[in-house]
Amino acid sequence: MTMRWDVTLAILAMGIVTYLCRAGGYAVLRAVRTPPLVDALLRNLPAPLFAAYVALALSKQDPAATLASVPVVAAHAKWGNFGLSIVVGVAAMALLRWAGL
Amino acid sequence: MRVTFTRVGIWRGVRRGVPLLLGIAPFGVVVGVISLGKGLTLPETVLMSALVFAGASQLLALELWTNPPDILAVAVAALVVNIRMVPIGAALSFWLDHLRGWRLWGSLFVTVDHSFALSVAENRAGGRDAGFLFGLGVFTWFGWVGATALGHGMGSVVALPPDHPLFYAATASFVAILIALWRGVRQDVPPWILAAAAALGAQAMGLPAPAPLLVGAVAGAGLAAWQEMRTREVRP
Repeated sequence: MTMRWDVTLAILAMGIVTYLCRAGGYAVLRAVRTPPLVDALLRNLPAPLFAAYVALALSKQDPAATLASVPVVAAHAKWGNFGLSIVVGVAAMALLRWAGL
Repeated sequence: MRVTFTRVGIWRGVRRGVPLLLGIAPFGVVVGVISLGKGLTLPETVLMSALVFAGASQLLALELWTNPPDILAVAVAALVVNIRMVPIGAALSFWLDHLRGWRLWGSLFVTVDHSFALSVAENRAGGRDAGFLFGLGVFTWFGWVGATALGHGMGSVVALPPDHPLFYAATASFVAILIALWRGVRQDVPPWILAAAAALGAQAMGLPAPAPLLVGAVAGAGLAAWQEMRTREVRP
């Protein structure tokens, strides 16, 4: 249960680089005036980011994953409860696996 | 309305984070199991999750892990995967511009894709308490560190097949967050389709992660921004 100095150093390097990514974009934006198009692009970033996430995640799994996403969409549109939507997705996937998909 | 940072907002963020833990925990457990397999000790695993707090980059770094570790290689892995967070921080300026000190730099430290998207949704719904972003981020941080520690502790006991339904929780949480960001057909459908198509196209061209994600997100956001600006010109 010890920590090696070289492993610790590698983890520290990863942590520093990641924090620079997290804080750097904002720090630059605070210092520089950005054009309206960039502001509009940043305002509209979350949904396309998650649309790309979903598309890539589904493309790496079998068709059952795409099928199971349908009840997740329906559940979240109806109730808007994240826990329930996730449970519905996992249950749908379990059902599809049980059905042999 | 003035942007605030209150205890009430922090708790609101924490409560929003509880159900999302279902989507994050299985992934954290997997990262913990892989970390054990690569020979990292429990304190090293916990340190990595606590300092890096970004699942995909930890997974990639662990795939590249050697003994002794190649510090440059894992740092580059963290950079290429986490470069997507550069615009995320910038896009949170609607709240961050009103914060200083630990509230500002601490909020950025615990920002992840989930808390970013849900904070934008909260702001659009009229929420002006930046504590939401911080509370949601800190709760997710504890969940992430705990889940990777659990995975490391349980090791091969929790080694499930990769197609186990439990792993679908992560995808389901992405889908639910996307639906939570829905505004309307004309506003959302074209950018979402472009984002998905561009991401899949970049992936088909063999671009390494996270390039397909970035290409898709920027293409979709670019189209949405263009639509928004065009609408404003028509209706000033």
